[in-house]
Amino acid sequence: MHICIDDYLLDIVQNSFEAASTRVELVLDETESKLTCLIRDNGKGMDAGVQKRVLDPFYSDGVKHTKRKVGLGLPFLSQACEACQGTFALHSEVGVGTTVEFSFNLGHLDAPPMGNLVSTFVALLSHPLAKELVIRRTVSTRKGTSTYTLSKEELEEVLGSLSTSGVLNLLREYIHSQEEEVMTYHVEPKMQSETRRTQQEM
Amino acid sequence: MAKMTLEELRKLRDQKQGEMQKRDIEGKDSRIVIGMGTCGIAAGAKPVLDAFLAALEEKHIDNVSVTQTGCMGLCYVEPTIEVIVPGMPDVIYGKVDAATARKIVEQHIIGKQLVTDHMFDRPAADIIKKDGGK
Repeated sequence: MHICIDDYLLDIVQNSFEAASTRVELVLDETESKLTCLIRDNGKGMDAGVQKRVLDPFYSDGVKHTKRKVGLGLPFLSQACEACQGTFALHSEVGVGTTVEFSFNLGHLDAPPMGNLVSTFVALLSHPLAKELVIRRTVSTRKGTSTYTLSKEELEEVLGSLSTSGVLNLLREYIHSQEEEVMTYHVEPKMQSETRRTQQEM
Repeated sequence: MAKMTLEELRKLRDQKQGEMQKRDIEGKDSRIVIGMGTCGIAAGAKPVLDAFLAALEEKHIDNVSVTQTGCMGLCYVEPTIEVIVPGMPDVIYGKVDAATARKIVEQHIIGKQLVTDHMFDRPAADIIKKDGGK
């Protein structure tokens, strides 16, 4: 099981890369109480039968790992969203692509911590199967709104191939400066009391 | 630090490239491949990627390729990484944390010596410790 929200993002965006997408979008909208995420790709998509089964941890298409009986990425994510009374939705069409939309209720006791988005974005942008990846991150609170956008194609035009240690460290520095800027608008979520489900409810 | 623009990033890269060319080519053609499947991520592969980048920066090595792959089939010893250095056997290291990552940079990439207590695959079984470095 993953610990932080950024781990889920890393895991699920990789699915899009592996689905032969040429363009993947990751959109993160953070408010004082909620993080809404959207991952959209133009990869091979899934038919209705597969879509029904991907949330089952004991389902895998068996292509990547032929003998494996589990596939935990999406089941982990939907479970984590559900645990903090967030939302989870999957839309997919064969040959068109897949969209995963989900949210975390940040003030909930069981909401995972955010983790390190800078590292996650470095890892995703430098992923060897990522062609174009556009990341848009917005923080919108009573302090104001700030957004930054990262595009792999744009960054490679400036830095060259995102594959060597020197370039990745420059990339990290760049993303860090963007993240620092939006975090000046961040407000710690107010913890909601009594949000943990009681024994009877479960 | 003020929010950087793409133009500033380009300048920084040009400046760094100038420095790089003067330097000896220590990590040339070396590769670090980090297992970033669900299992790797859950076990902490991302902090390991951070640690590799930080250690390489500290040693001023800019030309090691750092890339990712999915699960390498050794989920029980995640995080796993593969290190490929010309003139040395390809090695898969397991149970790698930030401290081990630093050791791999210093000992394997720079020192050209294997870090035997974290080896889980590749070179002949007789030079891998029986308990797999537990």
